[in-house]
Formats: sequence, structure tokens, C-alpha cells
Amino acid sequence: MRKRITLYSLTFSLPLLLWQLVFFVFPLAFLVALSFWTVKNFRMEPAFDTINWVTMYGRSVFWQSYGLTLALAAGASVLTSILAFPCSFAIAFKLTPKMRQLAIFMMVIPFFTSYLVRVYSWQIFLSDNGIINGLLGLTGLEPIGMLNTVFATMIGYLTLCFPLVVLLQLFSLMFIDRTLIEAAHNLRCGRLRTVFEVVIPSARVGLVVAALFAFILSFGDFVSPVYLGGGDPTTLSILITDTTKSGQQWPRAAVIALTMIGTLLAVAFAAISFAYKGRGK
Amino acid sequence: MTRSNLLKTGLSRRTLLATGAASLATPMLSTRVFAATEELTMLAWYGHAEPDMVAEFEAENNVKFKPKYYTGGDNMLGLISQSPVGTYDVILSDAEYVQQLNAAGYIEELDPSDYAFDEFFPEFQKFPGHWDGDKLYSVITRFGFLGVAYNTEALTEAEASSYDVFWNEKITGKLGHFDWHLPNLGQMSLANGNPSPYDIDAVAWEAVKEKTMSLRPQVGGFFDYGGTFSSLENGQMLAFGGIGDWITGVLEKNGASVRSVIPEQGGLQWTESFSIGKGSAKAELAKKWIQYVTSAKGQAKSADMAAYPALIPNQKGWEVLAQDKPEEAKRQNMLLGQSNVMDMIRDGRIQYRQLPIQQSLEDWNDFWSEYKGA
Repeated sequence: MRKRITLYSLTFSLPLLLWQLVFFVFPLAFLVALSFWTVKNFRMEPAFDTINWVTMYGRSVFWQSYGLTLALAAGASVLTSILAFPCSFAIAFKLTPKMRQLAIFMMVIPFFTSYLVRVYSWQIFLSDNGIINGLLGLTGLEPIGMLNTVFATMIGYLTLCFPLVVLLQLFSLMFIDRTLIEAAHNLRCGRLRTVFEVVIPSARVGLVVAALFAFILSFGDFVSPVYLGGGDPTTLSILITDTTKSGQQWPRAAVIALTMIGTLLAVAFAAISFAYKGRGK
Repeated sequence: MTRSNLLKTGLSRRTLLATGAASLATPMLSTRVFAATEELTMLAWYGHAEPDMVAEFEAENNVKFKPKYYTGGDNMLGLISQSPVGTYDVILSDAEYVQQLNAAGYIEELDPSDYAFDEFFPEFQKFPGHWDGDKLYSVITRFGFLGVAYNTEALTEAEASSYDVFWNEKITGKLGHFDWHLPNLGQMSLANGNPSPYDIDAVAWEAVKEKTMSLRPQVGGFFDYGGTFSSLENGQMLAFGGIGDWITGVLEKNGASVRSVIPEQGGLQWTESFSIGKGSAKAELAKKWIQYVTSAKGQAKSADMAAYPALIPNQKGWEVLAQDKPEEAKRQNMLLGQSNVMDMIRDGRIQYRQLPIQQSLEDWNDFWSEYKGA
């Protein structure tokens, strides 16, 4: 039977639809159109020319940045998920309800401060004359170059993603049916095996969504690669600014942005499909 | 009081109404007097509309600046092209972008007799790019040199006095680039011995690219404005390409061990100038501001601007600076009657930073991206 569209259902669905249209579909459509515009003497002119796509896709530096950004984001996603899991597991299963509330609050606190400020403060720790190398010096060790490296970029990605990933994993772990864990233990399943064969599969959706968020945030991040990675190597977000900084090449920047959006959509669909695979049968 | 009584007192109805209306309007008028602060919009690099620069002018003219800061000429052009005509009353631009502004019709023609060009050094009285024939479009307000910026604890001035220092083993992984192709590649072109660094043929351009690529293993990072400041200040980078005293001067004044030097192969010159935005409704006030900032008093302020110091083209401005802030005049070598920064220009050691002439801007930018990604 076909469902009738009622005023009641419209009241709840229209705002979301309008929001999506105004803040996602229209800008995206404009971005697509912009990618076909041309630039002459620093001025953008509406046109339908594929030159921007041909030029950007024909440049090795674009694909190099694309591969690098993809690898960095995937690395950040995996690393954050692995490091966050023991933390969220402990909060979900080992803490008392009161302590759990406190831990959740602690995970929210980092969001009170600007991400840019947090990243800048990492410079004080990671620079050659910084706190970490100062401590190493006290133990007689040589300073280690950390700032302006991929390592530092990864620290920035962790700063950005870690609290969110812990929270997302935590909300998934908290709602696992505890009787499944008890059953596993009753069947003489070891603690570690229980984690891998009961806990993780049960919390799969939340864990995958958490990893997906880490990927999305890292893939488009500009702050960490610039202020901790020293802008070297070039990620896609840096390439966008480079492209707009010279000659007003916004249409070419639109090509990069659309490629990023396409990649994120593909990764998101793949991740969600994997997360819900086998469910609802 | 009846109507007849009113007439007897010599107060006609018309007079009464006029007086009443005037009385009622008085609070409005007085409000207007106090609220008449005019708003002047300025499109500029950061710092130009900060209190240290504009407070005096604002107080004297009952005006309030509303700045919109940009980071680079392309950003500036983008902001203007995306705004309605007349959005910006005053526009600050680097010299190489004034012609673009003029070609696009974004700025008004100026009357040269309105400005104190006779007080300027002759080199700046008819600055290239600011004029189209005899028509003036922009008035130079400050300039500076780009050379080798270095950490004085890591390198000596003698070492830094050649672009070869960029390849020095002492700074492997410690060479920073201000992330803009134009000054960096201009410097590489100078290092390759091109007398006009931006007017080079295909062979010379290939040589510049090769030379630049050989520098890549030395590079520790590519930095924006803020990153350049912090990495020089905390000693993370020991030398920098693409900048000059406009960055190191601020740090030096705050006690950091950094300086800039013009190397033997020559340096580049950046120039900032003010124009009046096309269609500005406050062109007269905008003109007044340009007159103020290019006057001796305004120029002395501009030389010591808190955001970043600069050299000034007004000779009388040099006199005021030497009187008010002798230390800064000495630090920037802007002292009349002795060897000073003008000698570098006159000796041919300084070339204008400009857009590439024989290659497209795109070619230079694309190569810069390749260099960064290498």
C-alpha cells in the first residue's frame, strides 16, 4: 500500500530536505559548474570547457598528492581506531557508571578548544628545541627531528580524530548485549578471543563509522599537514590552496575538491555497506 | 492659549509649526552629530587598518575603518571580483597586481597633484605599473627587499650574503620557503645570474627549474605567514627563501636571533600602494587617507607598522622617523646624508618582484607545485 504524504510527515522531513538542498546539493552543483569555467587574466568566465579536468588529471603532482592524501587518511583512520579501542573498551567495560560519565566528559573537553590552537601547541612539544627534545636532552639523548614530518602530521590527525573516535566506539560498545560476552566466557572463550570474536563483531557498525569519521576528517584536513607537517609533502588540501593562490584558478581547485568529494562518497558507501553487511537478513 | 492670543504674541501658526518641528528634530540632529562617524572600507594585507596605523586618522576625521584583510594578490583579486562595485573604498595592492586591478576596472584614476610626490625619492615619483601613460592609478606607500633570511646563531652574515647558503650542509632540512612561487623562483633566477629575474627565455627558465630542484633535499617545509614566523622564531628553520625584513624585522625587534641580508647576487623589491576602489561612495575620504598615509607623518608610522615594518618612499618621512624613532630608522638603514638603503637600488642590486614576462604565471605556479611535491 502506498504511503500518503501527510502534513505531519512533511513537517519533519522538509527541514532536512531543505537543509540538504541549500547546503549540499546547490553548492555541489555550483562546484560542478565551476569546474568547467575558464580563467582569463585573473578573471573567471562561465563556460563549458573540460580544460581544467584534462589539465589537473594530466598532472603527475595531482595523482601523487591524491595517493599520499589517501594513504595518510587511511593510516590515520587505522591508527586512531587501534589506539582508541583500548580506551573506549576500558571506559565501556571496566569503569563504574560514574567514572564512565567522567571519562565521557573528559573526551568532550578537547572540543572546547580550537583545533588550530591545539595543533599550534603541539609545535611547542615537537620542535627541535621543544619540550620532548628537552626531556630527551636531560637523559643525554640526541634531539629527534619531529616537527615538519609525516609523524607530526599524524599527531595532528590524532589530535583531531581521537576524542571523536573514542566516543563513537564507546557508544557502540556500551550497547553490546552483555549476555553474549557472558555466554562466551561460559563457553570457555578467552578474554582476548572474546574481544575479537564477540565484542568487535557486535560493535562493528560503530567501529566502522568511527574509523570512517577519522578518514573523512583527516582526508580533508589542512591544518595538520601545514602547521605540523610543514606543508611537505603536498596533500590535496594544500594543493587546493596552491591552485587558488596563483592566477585565480578556482575552476581547477573545483576539480580537486570534486575528486575529494567523490572519493569520500565512495569510501563512505563502501564503509557503510561493510558495516551493515549481513545485517537485516 | 487661543488662536487669537497666538497671533497677538506675533507667533503665526506657520512659525509655531516650524519651531515645533525644529524642536522635535533637535534630538535627531544632535544624535546625528555624534553618530556621524563614517565607515571607510579597506582591502589590505593584515596590519594596515590596525590602531597603530589608523587611530590618529580616525580621530581627526571622525571615521572608522572597516578592514578586510587578504593574504596575497590573487586572494585580493578574488575578493574584489566577488564583491559588488564600490564595496572597498581603499585598496592596498602589491605593485605587480595594480595593472591587473586597472585592467579589470577595479580602481579609480587618481589626480597626481593630490599627492606629495615631490617629497618622494625620484625613483618612486613615477613608479612603473602605477601609471598608465600619464594617468595615475595607485600611490606607493611602502616597499621592502627580499633576500636571505637567516638565524644569526647558525650562520654568519658573510655566509648568508650569497644564495649559495641555501645549499649549505649546515642547514640541510632546515631551509624554509615562504610558500609563494613568485619571490622564491625570482630569487632562484637571481642566483642563476639572470639580471632581470622575471624576464627570462625558455633556456634560462629551464635552468632556473633545474637549479631550484637541486635545492629540494635542503627544504624543511613550506610555510604560510604564521608558520614562517613561528619556525624562524623557534629555530626550527635556520634560513628562509622568499622573505625579507618584513618578517625578520618583527622578530628581530622582539629579540629573536634572525636577520635578513641582500645577497651578492641581488635582491627583490616588493611594493605596496594605495588605490581608490571603483565606485567608492567615499572617494573623497579615501583620497584623504592616501594623502595622510603618504605624508611625512603617515609614512613614519608606516615604516614602523606593528604587523610588519617597511621602507618608505617619502624623504620627509625618513626625517620624521629619524626624529621620532631613531633606532628604527637606523635598523632599517633609512638615514639621509649617509649610505642607506636607496644605494642598493641605485647600485642596481635590487630588482622589482613582478609577474613572469616570457612564461605564463601558470607555468611558474605549476612548477612550484611540482617542486613541492618532489
